[in-house]
Amino acid sequence: MREQTSFRVFRWLVLIPLAIFTVLPLYVMVTSALKPLRDVQGAFEWWPSNLTFSPFVDIWSTVPLAEYFVNSLIVTTSATAFSVLIAIFASYAISRYAFRGRGAFAGVVLSTQMFPGVLFLLPLFLVFVNIDKSLGFTAVYQTRLGLIITYLTFTLPFSIWMLASYFNGIPRDLDESARVDGASALGALFRIVLPSARPGVIAVAVYSFMTAWGEILFASQLTNSASRTLSIGLQSYANETNVYWNQVMAAALVVSAPIVAGFMLLQRYLVAGLTAGAVK
Amino acid sequence: MSVTLPKRPARRLRLVRSQHKAPAPAPRKWFTWRRSTPYLLILPAIALELLIHVIPMVVGIWMSFVELTQFFITNWGEAPFAGLDNYDVALDFSGPLGVQLLESFGRTLVFTLLVVGISFTFGMSAALALQRFRRGRGLLRTLFLIPYALPAYAGIITWKFVLQRDNGLLNELLTTLHISDERAFWLIGGNAFVSLVIVSIWQQWPFAFLMTMAGMQVITEDVYEAAAIDGANTWQQIRHITFGMMRPVNATLLLLLFLWTFREFNTPFVLFGATPPDSANLMTMHIYNSSFISWNFGLGSAMSVLLMLFLVLVAGLWALWNRKVTRNA
Amino acid sequence: MKTRPLAAGVSAVLLAATLAACSSGDADSGGAGVTLTYWASNQGASLDNDKEILTPELEKFTAKTGIKVKLEVVPWSDLTNNTLAAAVSGQGPDVVNIGNTNAVTFQSTGAFYKFDDAALTKLGGKDHFVGTAFATSGKPGEPPTSLPLYSQVYALYYNKKQFADAGLQPPTTWEEMVSAAQKLTKPDQNKWGVVIPGATVNASMHFSYIFSEQNGGSAFDASGKPTFTSQGMIDGVRQYVDLMSRDKVVNPSSAQFAEVAQAAGEFARGNAAMYFAQTSGINTLAQNGMKPDEYGIVPIPAPAGKTKIGSFVAGSNISIFKNTKHLDEAIEFVKFMTSDEEQAILNKAYKSLPAVQGVESAISDEPEKTEAFEKVLAEQAKPLPLIPGIQAFQASVGSAVVGLIAKAATGSQVSEADIRAALEKAQQKMASAPK
Repeated sequence: MREQTSFRVFRWLVLIPLAIFTVLPLYVMVTSALKPLRDVQGAFEWWPSNLTFSPFVDIWSTVPLAEYFVNSLIVTTSATAFSVLIAIFASYAISRYAFRGRGAFAGVVLSTQMFPGVLFLLPLFLVFVNIDKSLGFTAVYQTRLGLIITYLTFTLPFSIWMLASYFNGIPRDLDESARVDGASALGALFRIVLPSARPGVIAVAVYSFMTAWGEILFASQLTNSASRTLSIGLQSYANETNVYWNQVMAAALVVSAPIVAGFMLLQRYLVAGLTAGAVK
Repeated sequence: MSVTLPKRPARRLRLVRSQHKAPAPAPRKWFTWRRSTPYLLILPAIALELLIHVIPMVVGIWMSFVELTQFFITNWGEAPFAGLDNYDVALDFSGPLGVQLLESFGRTLVFTLLVVGISFTFGMSAALALQRFRRGRGLLRTLFLIPYALPAYAGIITWKFVLQRDNGLLNELLTTLHISDERAFWLIGGNAFVSLVIVSIWQQWPFAFLMTMAGMQVITEDVYEAAAIDGANTWQQIRHITFGMMRPVNATLLLLLFLWTFREFNTPFVLFGATPPDSANLMTMHIYNSSFISWNFGLGSAMSVLLMLFLVLVAGLWALWNRKVTRNA
Repeated sequence: MKTRPLAAGVSAVLLAATLAACSSGDADSGGAGVTLTYWASNQGASLDNDKEILTPELEKFTAKTGIKVKLEVVPWSDLTNNTLAAAVSGQGPDVVNIGNTNAVTFQSTGAFYKFDDAALTKLGGKDHFVGTAFATSGKPGEPPTSLPLYSQVYALYYNKKQFADAGLQPPTTWEEMVSAAQKLTKPDQNKWGVVIPGATVNASMHFSYIFSEQNGGSAFDASGKPTFTSQGMIDGVRQYVDLMSRDKVVNPSSAQFAEVAQAAGEFARGNAAMYFAQTSGINTLAQNGMKPDEYGIVPIPAPAGKTKIGSFVAGSNISIFKNTKHLDEAIEFVKFMTSDEEQAILNKAYKSLPAVQGVESAISDEPEKTEAFEKVLAEQAKPLPLIPGIQAFQASVGSAVVGLIAKAATGSQVSEADIRAALEKAQQKMASAPK
């Protein structure tokens, strides 16, 4: 199809500045991580004059990064797995059943998007503390479990919304005929609906994973030194006697690399999932 | 115009309705597996929503009506009932705290409009530019999405380094290009607001890009081809087909961006620490400060409730508008 | 067909069970071998440094008493919040360190054990402690809820070589300090007279307090009402802000220093000839590779003819949580930490002043440094006001001064009216703070 010249000009006017805008901080992150401390303290150098990999070694001893990494990994994967499972159930109900309270449920779930985090940070903390008090041991307050259930709930509203839209796009006749053939509701869900909704499920999983991996506010109050996650741990490089910008950048790179790599592998599912979700 | 919308919405309606009629009138038993299936399916979600969102929110609202200061922190159950006192203080626009809240509200609103507006423009433009673009499309798409995939703190902390006065990239760039001779401060004073907006856009626009790109993918080539045969040029196609068909996506996207940006916390928190410069003191930071630094949780909660009411109002108005637009369409 | 929907409900239960399984249940089983949880403040050069210093001492305690101690070193940025959280929840460690600035604030929460006379007697009585340090333990006339552990005071650190090269003597008045600083300031070589942690809220409050006291100002009147706009207070803040705004002896970049350590780094690298720091600055400088004989220490000077105040009594106190299940063991632990032997060892390691009588301070191998600090503590330190709103004072005045420094750094002249307005605003913020 032919395009106007003006549109072609527009295309490059848009893409080039945006690419520079996007890349610059990433470039700073990568190159600064390869500089010795001395070189990140003076004026910014475009190209590392003294290339070194030592920041990548030092980051593990300056702060207990490995522990934070493990905590983040456990919290994030568990939160993602359970969030996806629960969202699948709930959105299947919303999509396939006309039950009393369906609208109210969807409304409440979506309205949580309007809660400012600071409003329920302290109350949530009170709720957790009281759970622990009544159980008699530390179950949720400042533990990984507490963080897991917090994060999985944070991602539920968007996940349910997106999956429900996705399920709506899958012809009902498919699971209805399965039901006629004797499959149960869950059987139809798992054997018929889910396989065709795979991009949606992956999209939701990616979204949940990223949300949990990057959360800061609740992690700052609901973790202690044993359950601390990367989002808070990364800031401890500035608490030391020196701001180790090279190590900060190296650590930022290390904690971002797996998630960015995973995202790149799965991004086409995310787009596909959103396509169905957004255009409900 | 001979544009055919996808049939999906209509079909979905029919399905839900047919579902409504499908089950034969069940015998009047109080419990049947068939009727309770949807409830069992949403049970885990309800339980968690109650535990993490609803109950804490109710507690938060309760807190806004009591005098929860450091004297009652340990036995908060006994904090005296304050009635509307906390709200009076927060909304007394002749008093210092009311003025501060109002200022911070105005600042947050300007911040949100700027970030949402620019992010949306960036996202939409990039999605348009990449639509029907073959070479390098995947590469650019991946590149643009990296800030979205990056954990928030990793991105923001990198910006914090970029914005340093002496060793940051921005000042180096500005002085090399002779845009400014003096090394400016970007993280204190009035510039802090500019930095906050830039960093937030850097983080937000990829999401707008992702959503608009996803929205555009459902518009099939033949729609454009039909329009092209009718003599529409690229810009007309964009205006009439793309924008027209994207309206529901855009409406949802703008609402989400607004709600998320208005309660943004991560960016100022990582960029400036717990006490941001005045110019960057967004409402969430203001509330965080009055709660966790000044230790007045009653007042902090009252301000949070007001913030929430505002967001509910925005969402409500949006829903009304959206319904009207959809009906007229 | 009937059993399948059940799976949805079961999955919820399963979820709960699985999640419960991966929680860390570190419940006390009770019985033999009590374990105390202790939150130590970050006194050393790093959290690890703290662990290295404390662990052998805690092992000694365990060997002596059979009581185990679970140590957690909490950075200052988290300590207040975590302690607050523990106070709200009633669930926290058994023993905790607090900044003595916050002692009265924390006392007012009622979350801490009150050391009554019997408990104090067990610990050796009031007189076991240094008087100025004990004064920070809580409101006068009420049983203290914290006891002094490490004492610190501020002093002026100066670079010996830079002073000698310029033929300068260590300053004894503020004016001398400023003129020396001006001689040593060479912006084109990135050499500055003084470095300040310009964006650090608590340090900014410390300096406003010290300089206001020099100028006869007071942040609070006798009834505890804030008087931030008194002339002395304004003059004090002005004296501090002028270092950057009028005297131009401070690198404007330091307006971004959100950590005290960043100022120490500039001093250690020789980019600044002087800096204000507490005793623990010695540790920080050593960490940054500056040898003790490269710098000298004198009391922070006051303007000629003004009150000679150079510090307040800073430091860390130790508290017991009221909710502890092991009160006796906790008191035993506090007794251990405030014993002569441990005070000598720990204060030497942390470069702080002992909080108990009769223990020699060993901050430095050079007697003149130790003497300088002791002189400040004895003659030129004025305690901070002992009021519950002190935490709010720190937040409001500290951030007001940070804002003024930012203004000075970005090139604007900071006038007296600006200072008055900023302090006025800070005072209004106190209106919402607990009295």
